[in-house]
Amino acid sequence: MSVSLPPAGPTGLPGAPGTPTPPSGSAADHGSSLWGDAFARLRRNPQAIAGTIIVFLFVLVALLAPWLAPYGGEALPGQREIRPTVIPGIGEIAAYPLGLDRFGGDVLSKLIWGARASLVIGLVSTALGLAGGMLIGIIAGAFGGWVDNVLMRLVDILLSVPNLLLAVSIAAILGQGPLAIMIAIGASQVPIFARLLRSSMLQQRTADYVLAAQTLGLSRRTVTMSHVLPNSLGPVVVQGTLSLATAVIDAAALSFLGLGGGRPETAEWGRMLTYAQNELAIAPQLAFLPGICIAITALGFTLFGEALREALDPRGRR
Amino acid sequence: MFRVKSRGRGMTAAAIVVAGVVLLTGCVQSDRDGAATDTGDVDSTFVFAASSDPKSLDPAFASDGESFRVSRQIFEGLVGVEAGTADPAPLLAESWEQSDDGLSYTFTLKEDVTFHDGTDFNADAVCFNFDRWFNFTGVAQSPAVAYYYGSLFRAYADAPEGAVYDSCAVGDTEGEVTVNLALPFAGFIAALSLPAFAMQSPAALEEFAADEIGGSEEAPSLSEYAQGHPVGTGPFVFDSWEVGSQIELSAYADYWGEQGDVQSIIFRIIDDPQARRQSLEAGSIDGYDLVAPADTVALAADGFQIMPRDPFTILYLGINQAVPELQDVRVRQALSMAIDKQQLIDQTLPEGTQLATQFIPPVVAGYNEDVTTFEYDPEAAKALLAEAGYPEGFTLDFNYPTGVSRPYMPTPEEVFTNLSAQLSEIGITINPQPNAWSPDYLDRVQASTDHGIHLLGWTGDYNDTDNFVGVFFGDEKPEYGFNNPELFAALDEARGISNLEEQIPLYEDINQTIAEFIPAIPLAHPAPSLAFSKRVTSYPVSPVNDETFNRIELSE
Amino acid sequence: MLRVIAKRIALVIPTLLGLSLLLFLWVRSLPGGPATALLGERATPDAIAEINETYGFNKPIVEQYFTYMQRLLTGDFGVSIETGRPVLQEFALRFPATIELTIVALIFAIGIGLPLGYVAAKYYGKAADHVSVVVSLIGITIPVFFLAFILKWVFAVQLGWFPPDGRQDSRIDATHFTGFWVLDGLLTGEYDAAWDAFTHLILPGIALGTIPLAIIVRITRASVLEVASADYVRTARAKGILERTIRDRFVLRNAMLPVVTTIGLQLGLLISGAVLTETVFAFSGIGRFLADAIFARDFPVLQGFILFIAVLYAIINLIVDLSYSLIDPRVRVQ
Repeated sequence: MSVSLPPAGPTGLPGAPGTPTPPSGSAADHGSSLWGDAFARLRRNPQAIAGTIIVFLFVLVALLAPWLAPYGGEALPGQREIRPTVIPGIGEIAAYPLGLDRFGGDVLSKLIWGARASLVIGLVSTALGLAGGMLIGIIAGAFGGWVDNVLMRLVDILLSVPNLLLAVSIAAILGQGPLAIMIAIGASQVPIFARLLRSSMLQQRTADYVLAAQTLGLSRRTVTMSHVLPNSLGPVVVQGTLSLATAVIDAAALSFLGLGGGRPETAEWGRMLTYAQNELAIAPQLAFLPGICIAITALGFTLFGEALREALDPRGRR
Repeated sequence: MFRVKSRGRGMTAAAIVVAGVVLLTGCVQSDRDGAATDTGDVDSTFVFAASSDPKSLDPAFASDGESFRVSRQIFEGLVGVEAGTADPAPLLAESWEQSDDGLSYTFTLKEDVTFHDGTDFNADAVCFNFDRWFNFTGVAQSPAVAYYYGSLFRAYADAPEGAVYDSCAVGDTEGEVTVNLALPFAGFIAALSLPAFAMQSPAALEEFAADEIGGSEEAPSLSEYAQGHPVGTGPFVFDSWEVGSQIELSAYADYWGEQGDVQSIIFRIIDDPQARRQSLEAGSIDGYDLVAPADTVALAADGFQIMPRDPFTILYLGINQAVPELQDVRVRQALSMAIDKQQLIDQTLPEGTQLATQFIPPVVAGYNEDVTTFEYDPEAAKALLAEAGYPEGFTLDFNYPTGVSRPYMPTPEEVFTNLSAQLSEIGITINPQPNAWSPDYLDRVQASTDHGIHLLGWTGDYNDTDNFVGVFFGDEKPEYGFNNPELFAALDEARGISNLEEQIPLYEDINQTIAEFIPAIPLAHPAPSLAFSKRVTSYPVSPVNDETFNRIELSE
Repeated sequence: MLRVIAKRIALVIPTLLGLSLLLFLWVRSLPGGPATALLGERATPDAIAEINETYGFNKPIVEQYFTYMQRLLTGDFGVSIETGRPVLQEFALRFPATIELTIVALIFAIGIGLPLGYVAAKYYGKAADHVSVVVSLIGITIPVFFLAFILKWVFAVQLGWFPPDGRQDSRIDATHFTGFWVLDGLLTGEYDAAWDAFTHLILPGIALGTIPLAIIVRITRASVLEVASADYVRTARAKGILERTIRDRFVLRNAMLPVVTTIGLQLGLLISGAVLTETVFAFSGIGRFLADAIFARDFPVLQGFILFIAVLYAIINLIVDLSYSLIDPRVRVQ
């Protein structure tokens, strides 16, 4: 399921509006004040703190998986304990605290390794989406004219197809396999990033402070690099954080629709959740545990991204 | 200003809609007859979950299980199936005789049978059906449409070379009809038990233009008959088909046979297997097919009935001899010996599954009790591999399907994990190649040479040996990548013999040949199960799915 | 006004032509064909070749494209390979179900999302704000199919409060003619049938509505905050106008504009969610049919359905834009 949240709007308290303040001063100190300010405000926002903690723990688990997990991600230590109708559950066998899955894998280990898989899926597909979007956005912005028109029309066309269907369509062409899924999710994000970057750059290019800088005789390159790009980057960073969450959820949805590919015993939350549907009657924990992991991780990235968006919104700065 | 106006508009619009609905209420005719109350002491409506819409209500143009499940209620063939077995039994034909040359079959028809449209079932109707099939033209001949006629009777009237069917003649005595074949076909009688060869009302076929496949040649569409006017002699009459939702049938008042507890059937379409189980648990359906092995115990514990069918299936591990290592028979033997079939069955397949030693279930003619088997022996397997020149083993692609449940393989992923663990014990490095069942997996395994070992199976259509081994090893196929002219010739010879007694020894030999040649490894004959609500006390389980719902018994 | 509409429609046409070309190319670049999906284990290489010939897939791609475009321009969307029914008929059969589901999902999303968003804005930065935002976010971060499964498991299977599948009880004798079964029941006076159809919409509606719910909470919150700090509201407050009047006449009314717009644009999201929700609840709408068509390589259905969805999306966009310019004179349609 893919979601692109609408902009959260102003963050000033009611009655205390923030008016757009054109940044002033040198490029260096402009950049630090934008992000420095954002950081200061993030620290005061409980949602941001919650999001950051979740994201931090998630990344930590993902990075330390080899040391944290009792078994390998695809190891099947309990294969002999499994029968079609019997799956040891939570706490039934001491060696496997969260029980075994259908294939004889240790659920705890697979959840831990799954964090790593999710991180990889999220990062790679977001990077792909961002790279593709940037390419289109920059080409459109740089050439302008009919190139811009054609590219944006293409983006419009792609945006008119529901995002999940787009990912499914691309996955159907690429065949199955982890890389194909990441490309499919990434590619389905391309039009969003392209649109975002282009409009954000357009907006910045015609902003008062840029016009002012140009009037002052600053070179176009200086203006772009020190004013337009840093200010356009905010929404992109936010969208990037949010699309990490989207990627984790999308990967699960593709798995559910039978497009997951890869080995069935792969330690990946979406995969685990999908296969657990068969055993819901005898081992509901197999579905609930990865489901909750997906939800919490996606929540963490979304909270973090949303807080970042609010923090970076120039209208909210005081 | 504009705010007030817009509110006014909105209110007006809402008022118009509400007024419209109120005015229209009751204006549209309800089709309710109001007499739908049950008279018996049991709820005579039986709701069964189907996994998809039928492809066609005309069984001659169908080959899928869900179409046949519905057609079996509406139609009957000349030949039926002995209850609980896969053997042919009299149905609309009370008896038949085969001529000495084996090419003519004379059927004595059951009397006083009428089609649902009131017309008589007689010798003319039988010949009408046979001639109809033989005279299919154009798109109707495509394997996507008339699959069974095309594959069993080989050719049609417009290009009759090689056709199995010759002619049909109404007998001199009333109620007798003779079908003449051009070529011997030992499985003829058994094949007639397939729903594809059920008797349909000539009057209805003509009235609703059953053979007029609409649309263009490149986009054939269903005939009016196949979409909503099927007329047979069976215990149930077609009522309605709400595409994507359900199909309703009701008991045929003038049915020649016994009317059971079920007076109306609803096939509710639920394509997700988990959704089917939950619907049974929630009580919105009375039963469903192909219960996942993991669900059987949980459902039984909650008081639901689990009814396994006798296995009429085969699950095998296919071997592609286009892979150089697999051309050596010692390697294929080693693979066989590396697999502990019993462990595979215990861990991944449903209860009632039988271990397979050959490619036909024990009830099929030509089953060879003394066939060579390769017992589980990983050490010997390693030795064989070393002898063949692979002491360190080798890397092998293992193709398996995902996101599918077949009657012979409820959970392919689990079978794969189990087998790949077993094969790696003898030093073979498995390179997993998962693909979505349709179309990727089937395309790759059946139509291309790009695969190593793979999982596949078969559910028998009717009791015929050729319907198993002939399908698998009858000619050179990319699935197995071998060319064994002697085997092909032996299968061809056996198929052409019209006498079952003479066929049996030939097929026993063929099964031995296959066991030594190992074109694939037979694993198991899995038993598919059905699940029913508590009120279903009896259901006519059939290995070949010949299950008519008038034989269901209900307790409440 | 008419000129504006005409201009907008003229702009939509090249987009649709482009989409139809993209769709055609996409469909032809899918590996495999419909043959194996039709025949399963029975698909021999010969049978596959024969089927491809039947459907003309062995012809040159340019020729296929021209045939496709020719048919398209005459309004012929082809026939589904899987079901043998015209694509247009398949769409007409299933689309009303998805619309019904979507409407219930939106009612749920708006009914809960608006008040929640308003409360969040009113208590900005306080606990109530954080709670409502987090609750709404949890809604979107649970995978839709997982949520659907839990809802069905708890409320249909365990508690038995709602029906678990389908659009109506199989045993109910209902007359159908519009495709909208709740409406059918009301129109024919079969109120039990209408009620039954409605109860079948509740669980899938909630599952499908959670994501729009979260979006509506956020947009309502943001736009209430924005309007509440607008000059005219401050002026009104300074003039001593009653807080209630300010809320009703200025804040809420104006804050609704972006909310309405957002709701109009949720269609794509709802269709994506419908693919998953319809599967879990065995609900015969277009979502599941479309997903199945991908696996069955039902090329005509894929081309037709996605095109229909895009057209609808364009129409809704147009309506939203136009109504916006009607309501707010400051917005000029370009």
